[in-house]
Amino acid sequence: MGKKRVIPGFGLSFGITVFWLGIIILIPLSALFIKAAGLGPGEWWKILTSARVLAAAKLTFGASAAAAAVSTVLGLLVAWVLVRYQFPGRRILDAIVDLPFALPTAVAGITLTSIYAPTGWIGKYLADMGIQGAYSPFGVFIALTFIGFPFVVRTVQPVMEDMGLELEEASAILGAGRWTTFRRVIFPVLIPALITGFTLAFARAIGEYGSVIFISGNLPMKTEILPLLIVAQLEQVKYEAAAVIASGMLLVSFFLLFLINLLQRRLNWQTR
Amino acid sequence: MSISIQSIRKTFGSYTALDNISLEVPDGSLTALLGPSGSGKTTLLRIVAGLEFADPGSGRVLFHGEDVTDVQAGQRGVGFVFQHYALFKHMTVAENIAFGLTVLPSSKRPPKKDIDDRVNELLGLVKLDGLGKRRPHELSGGQRQRVALARALAIRPKVLLLDEPFGALDAQVRKDLRRWLRIFHDEIGLTTLFVTHDQEEALELADQVVVMANSRIEQVGPPQQVYDHPETPFVIRFLGNVNAIKDSRNPEAPIYVRPHDVSILFAAEADPATDRLARVQHLFAAGPVAKLSLRLDDGQFLDAELSRQQLDELGLDVGDPVAVRMQGASRFE
Ligand SMILES: Nc1ncnc2c1ncn2[C@@H]1O[C@H](COP(=O)(O)OP(=O)(O)O)[C@@H](O)[C@H]1O
Ligand SMILES: [Mg+2]
Repeated sequence: MGKKRVIPGFGLSFGITVFWLGIIILIPLSALFIKAAGLGPGEWWKILTSARVLAAAKLTFGASAAAAAVSTVLGLLVAWVLVRYQFPGRRILDAIVDLPFALPTAVAGITLTSIYAPTGWIGKYLADMGIQGAYSPFGVFIALTFIGFPFVVRTVQPVMEDMGLELEEASAILGAGRWTTFRRVIFPVLIPALITGFTLAFARAIGEYGSVIFISGNLPMKTEILPLLIVAQLEQVKYEAAAVIASGMLLVSFFLLFLINLLQRRLNWQTR
Repeated sequence: MSISIQSIRKTFGSYTALDNISLEVPDGSLTALLGPSGSGKTTLLRIVAGLEFADPGSGRVLFHGEDVTDVQAGQRGVGFVFQHYALFKHMTVAENIAFGLTVLPSSKRPPKKDIDDRVNELLGLVKLDGLGKRRPHELSGGQRQRVALARALAIRPKVLLLDEPFGALDAQVRKDLRRWLRIFHDEIGLTTLFVTHDQEEALELADQVVVMANSRIEQVGPPQQVYDHPETPFVIRFLGNVNAIKDSRNPEAPIYVRPHDVSILFAAEADPATDRLARVQHLFAAGPVAKLSLRLDDGQFLDAELSRQQLDELGLDVGDPVAVRMQGASRFE
């Protein structure tokens, strides 16, 4: 810290940061762990390895990862269309992207359920193909994709806008085809934003509750997600068990997000 | 390789950016497209490159007699240096330079060893030896400019196109690079077309200057000819300071005369047939050239430039009467 900074007040801003992080993140989290600590390690283990918790964890993390991955591809596509093409209704489409942020998640859940139910507009056709839309793990995945893809659009879009056309033109004039230009010139520039978008969509999906409980059907062992399991414990006044599941979920999430962060540092040419 | 541009028109919506442009760029020449901002220089350069296409049914672009009007940019074999370089910032300098070779289909791609050799040769050519492993953000503006040039040259282009190659650099680097480009061009002899809005740059560097204004070509010729024999008022104004003096013979068409073409004599020596009377209004003599502002007998102002020695011989001061003689004056009637 010996060096003079252009912007003064490191001490002050660092202090506020720590204080704020403490109040809004660390204190509630500590309370959670203290509650969970009411149970001994044996009981922790028993709860976390119970078949129902494991099944819910598999669904939650699996569907979240799949949804975040699909959101990344979809989001990239949507951002591309919004940035690169002028067409009537572009601004409206741009505004629609934010709707999943604003819509109460329960509304999203109910709407998606009615559409993807075996009798719904889309569910009908899925049913014909032998795929069950709502009330299945696939339904959970659909809801999480709906919730997640705006994160990717909004992280990738400004980077794409910033990139302009010159890089592509430089690549084209040097003889690169469209695919080569995408793979070697455009994609590397977008990677950091794509990973950030993926991470946000993933984290949001793990914690998502409102939209999923309607479309999943909440069958224990089949379509029950961790947040719902936690609520179920609370309703049965098993506060400690709820806290234990929440703590376990939190630790795994933290670990996964940390891994992604490491990966991002390795893939990002700016920090390599 | 020569470039032949034949009656090219380009419109963006209702705006005509290029209005029936025809131009010959001789093989091996260094040609400047000179004009104010918005005159259509970049658009013309991009059409030659194949990054932009002329209006359907307008004219043709020929490279060495071969019609390339409808050929895509990547197939034209041109080197293009963008105004802001457009370097790939996630690649090293060497990877940037090698790009045009590494994207060749595997049947045409040289072995890795040959590519490395070519990159090193180019690094030497643009005086960036040893900087291949850096990334663009670790270079100065002038160095980035030369990386962009090396990258364009790697594919052995048949013509080189540069858009305001020195536009983003500061004055000293600009001068150095300008001189370097001239020597460089003379060594490799590649047909080169560059865009600039700086008349000094165009006149100093080019073999042929193309003056553009309002989507049209005003005049084409060697620098000295364009400077000494401007064909339109626009050209004479754009190429340097000039006085526009109205006289009684034709008030519609003023006489144009450059300050250094104005001779000053003692008032007593005035020849009524050629000279006009004036008074010294203002005098600025710091520097090698003395600058005078004169007020003619009819009230018009006239700028003149003298050497310090001439000024001393005349012994002029503010308010003194003088006679002025305008040599090499042009009138466009
Ligand atoms: N893609 C485009 N769309 C619309 N107008 C354009 C486009 N490119 C250039 N123009 C217009 O054409 C005119 C000439 O532009 P340009 O060739 O860039 O001029 P210069 O390089 O001489 O400054 C400008 O008025 C510019 O606004
Ligand atoms: Mg321009």
